[in-house]
Amino acid sequence: MTIDMEQFKVTFVEESLEGLEIMESVLLELQPGETNGEAIDDIFRAAHSIKGGSATFGLENIANFTHVVETLLDEVRNEERELTTEAIGLFLSSVDCIREMLSADQSDEPLDQSHIDEVKAGLDKLLGTAATESTDTTNELVATSEANVEGWTIYFKPMPQMLQTGNDVVRMFRELDSLGKIDVVVDTKALPALVDMDPEESYLSWNITITGNIEKSKVVEVFEWVDDDCELEINPILSDSKAQSKIDGAIIKIAEDVDERRIDSDRREKNDRRNSNDRRKAATPETSSIRVGIDKVDDLINMVGELVIIQSMLGQLGEDFDMSRVERLKDGLGELERNTRELQESVMRIRMLPISFAFNRFPRMVHDLSAKLNKKIELTMSGEQTELDKTVMEKIGDPLVHLVRNSIDHGIESPEVRKAAGKPETGTVNLNAYHQGGNIIIEIKDDGAGLNIEKILSKAVERGLVNADEEISEEKIYDLLFQAGFSTADVVSDVSGRGVGMDVVKRNIQSLGGSVDVKSVRGEGSTFTIRLPLTLAILDGQLVRVGKNTYIVPLISIVESILVNQKNVSNIAGTAELYQLRSEYLPIIRLYETFNIEPDNRTLDNGLLVIVEGDGKKGGLLVDELLGQQQVVIKSLETNFRKVEGVSGATILGDGTVALIADVAGIVRLASVGSGASHGQGVAA
Amino acid sequence: MEAAAQNIAHDIQQGMESDGDQYLTFMLAGEEYGVDILRVQEIKGWDSVTPIPNTPEYIRGVINLRGTIVPIIDLRRRFNLEIMEYGPVTVVIVLKVEDPEGEKSRVMGLVVDAVSDVYNVPEESIKPAPDFGSVVDVDFVHGLATLENAMVIVLNIDRLLNAEEMSAVDKAATP
Repeated sequence: MTIDMEQFKVTFVEESLEGLEIMESVLLELQPGETNGEAIDDIFRAAHSIKGGSATFGLENIANFTHVVETLLDEVRNEERELTTEAIGLFLSSVDCIREMLSADQSDEPLDQSHIDEVKAGLDKLLGTAATESTDTTNELVATSEANVEGWTIYFKPMPQMLQTGNDVVRMFRELDSLGKIDVVVDTKALPALVDMDPEESYLSWNITITGNIEKSKVVEVFEWVDDDCELEINPILSDSKAQSKIDGAIIKIAEDVDERRIDSDRREKNDRRNSNDRRKAATPETSSIRVGIDKVDDLINMVGELVIIQSMLGQLGEDFDMSRVERLKDGLGELERNTRELQESVMRIRMLPISFAFNRFPRMVHDLSAKLNKKIELTMSGEQTELDKTVMEKIGDPLVHLVRNSIDHGIESPEVRKAAGKPETGTVNLNAYHQGGNIIIEIKDDGAGLNIEKILSKAVERGLVNADEEISEEKIYDLLFQAGFSTADVVSDVSGRGVGMDVVKRNIQSLGGSVDVKSVRGEGSTFTIRLPLTLAILDGQLVRVGKNTYIVPLISIVESILVNQKNVSNIAGTAELYQLRSEYLPIIRLYETFNIEPDNRTLDNGLLVIVEGDGKKGGLLVDELLGQQQVVIKSLETNFRKVEGVSGATILGDGTVALIADVAGIVRLASVGSGASHGQGVAA
Repeated sequence: MEAAAQNIAHDIQQGMESDGDQYLTFMLAGEEYGVDILRVQEIKGWDSVTPIPNTPEYIRGVINLRGTIVPIIDLRRRFNLEIMEYGPVTVVIVLKVEDPEGEKSRVMGLVVDAVSDVYNVPEESIKPAPDFGSVVDVDFVHGLATLENAMVIVLNIDRLLNAEEMSAVDKAATP
């Protein structure tokens, strides 16, 4: 064999990881005591391929480890062993172990052998205790190591279809030959007449004698990949020939109903592929490639085709144009516009992935955490098919994990407490996603204890975030949660409570142009709502004009736009101007001052005030004119220039000129620096 | 025919070997400045720009150059020269500026009075600029080249438009 196996190893690792993910997700769905044959089959098959693959690539530790897992699984499959909670837990840990071993092999990093040994010991113990008679002959054979064998006789009869799976008999013989001296006798009895012969099928069978001191596992390994597709008997040649009869009983008959199995596995494979693709994305979120459904690509190709047609149509029209054809030109341009819009939408759709990519890591997390914290928690998910931009998805994963972890740790009470409060012992955490306007809303809802307002408040006072006698709205109190270094957990656990996080969560979400808020009812639970733009590349903006300049204010940060009524304006010490809007006082930000430009209008009376909110601070931007709303494509200023305070980027308007996109939070900050610190207090008042 | 073509190719090769790098020169307040021609992306007429708030005067703003946002710097203002109305020969030279540390390159535009010529300047004929002490910062001057009785100030655009430029901008932006 001169094939370089290394080139297949990448595929093997990838497939093994997929397999592990399948094992994991199926294991999580299994209930103790359940005998769902199909589910266990799935796990078994995944483990089996991992075992086979790792043996092929010489990863003995993985092969041996997985072998034990497989043996246990086989017993479960044959209903010889009950699937206990303990067993499921052990299987899940084994999945982790195999993953660790795989990644250790990949990265050459030292392995935490003690953890693996621990799990292995657990598995061995489990295997040892309820050792019902195993019928898996392969395992038995591996276990039976014969000290005094002189060689093996092998009867090998491939199923007719075996060659179609890409297995090469000659290769196997060559491999056997490398183990020891072999003597092959071919049996051609089954060979049909030449006219009846299908050249792609196998009609031969062989009797092979291999002599030498060879471990049985080595021999079995040669046939590892075909053991479903052939009749195989491996018998030792013992120095003591009496032993022969004893072994006869252990003939391997692995010729199962191949066809049925294949159909089943094909179907399964398709499903698995699809699922595991999803999962793999989630597991390695920072990949730079994207897998796109063929339907989306077809859509695009269609649209580009139409675009080409319109282009040539318009081109023809332009060649000898006169006014009589102006109607056709208009039609053509209308068509072009529609097409361009559709094309834009389709291109954006390519970047859209269902949120399940971000959600599917949670079942395992909830399972592990609830076991760790001795809480009973059920995770429900809805709206997993809601699509959002890949970049947004990649960045939202960690904040989501944090919020879910928080809900489990702080939100859901222990079963005893829940029972005492008259609630079902099992708490629920619900993940929900849906579209609303140009946004995606993600809700993390638990039916736990809810937020403890007094506790938050006293903690905030303790930290000097608020004054003890200050009147604060409920909303503001919840906002305190997102302050740096804030945690109300009495005990800092390794799950959460260190107080790092919620501020990071908020910052991450805000950096995506989104917002997060909390609603909570004491004793009934809390809901964290994340609102995110569907994409980072396009923004819904309000075009405003100040003097000769056009700026774009993101619609998401606009609260409302009003005409200034002079009697609501108050002036503090001649510097800070405040506008009374209903019960709030908002600082007036004269955009022309902040940006140092010439406006049309410097008087406040009858001026246009765009009320904006950024970073939790509100303000009124004084502008000359509201121009209209449109979607704009965000371009970075930093590519060729640098970051500019108060500007989050730029875009190109319909006439080809550049317009700057206002960074509302930055402007509010700039304005408050510009006219002293008085604004900040104005907001709080 | 073929021989002639070969001759030309030979000449070009010779020329490239002996005459050093090519420089694009432009006029600014009566002086001729040169930049490495390989850095020049394009030369375009002056068009309106979108000003960027709170940046120094010499940063005129940004333009849309086929979908990318490119900042435009007025070299007269940058050098504190007398400000002149933009006329029909006023051009924007779009240059690629490389970051001395990183791989990152930026595209920027320079507003100059007019483009002048393209010269072959042998490296050895570029004389280092005399030290003016602290009065004039000549960090961005690569050297001086005398050609056909004219003096060309060869600029180091990486220095001119990068570190110093950006730090100047940063200083101006944070009062």
